[in-house]
Amino acid sequence: MRNRIFYFLIVIFFIFIFVIFYKGLNNSSLYTPSKGIKNIPKFTSKTLIKKKSLNSKDIFNKNKFYLLNIWASWCVPCRDEHSLLIDLSKSKRIEIIGLNYKDNSNNAERFINELGNPYSIILLDRKGTKAIEWGAFGVPETFLIYENKIIKRYIGPLNSKLVDEIKNYIK
Amino acid sequence: MKFLNFFLFILIVFSFNLLKADEIKIQNKITKNLRCLICQGQSVYDSDSEFAISLKLVVKNKINEGFTEDQIYKFLTKKYGEWILYDPLFNKNTYFLWILPLLIFLFGGVIILKKLINIKK
Repeated sequence: MRNRIFYFLIVIFFIFIFVIFYKGLNNSSLYTPSKGIKNIPKFTSKTLIKKKSLNSKDIFNKNKFYLLNIWASWCVPCRDEHSLLIDLSKSKRIEIIGLNYKDNSNNAERFINELGNPYSIILLDRKGTKAIEWGAFGVPETFLIYENKIIKRYIGPLNSKLVDEIKNYIK
Repeated sequence: MKFLNFFLFILIVFSFNLLKADEIKIQNKITKNLRCLICQGQSVYDSDSEFAISLKLVVKNKINEGFTEDQIYKFLTKKYGEWILYDPLFNKNTYFLWILPLLIFLFGGVIILKKLINIKK
């Protein structure tokens, strides 16, 4: 009798472990924070073109959607998503803010001159510390913001499917 | 005299180094406990990715601003979730994680004790 209970317990134990690992198989191996930050961080930063200091309060203060896009001239996927951002910037319901990540100003300006400027403001982040305040991993990364809250974040380059999703939000 | 001046100069330089060393020690301790989220199986301390370089700088700035170790961990978990810490914090989600080894240890002790008592009988 005791032996039987013992075997029964062992079988249950292995089934339990099997279920846990089997469920884990379907999980994505790419880590994305589920809870992330909800409110946009406070920061001050210089702008690329006018070279003046701006506070986050003065940037995200209108009653419209904002898209914060972290980019760099050395980042190849940023080049690919740039045309999509330009297309998106034609909409009047959304304002695109750029955060230039660990870049050289000359290269960044050349990049904008070559591919066009979808950004209403380009903020500078020379050392990558402001991107950390946003909880970002690297470039490219995009945050959709409404009323000072982050409603959606996209890690990696945007594609036409994701842009359609953004367009759906700002309808 | 010249020698004495030189000696004093060296002494001052070395004492500054000691002050700085403390700061670096705590910075290393913190960055060793932070997971580099875009690398695989590396701490921020070990990694040289852009993300890790920036994060090291942020930790250094926070130390200079007078943040304690716990405050820095709190700041970073707010941004990146608890996954960034190698050493998980003790809270309601991790009670089980922290207490389980202790329970298993006690359970094992009880089994051994029982066996010993049986042998003695």
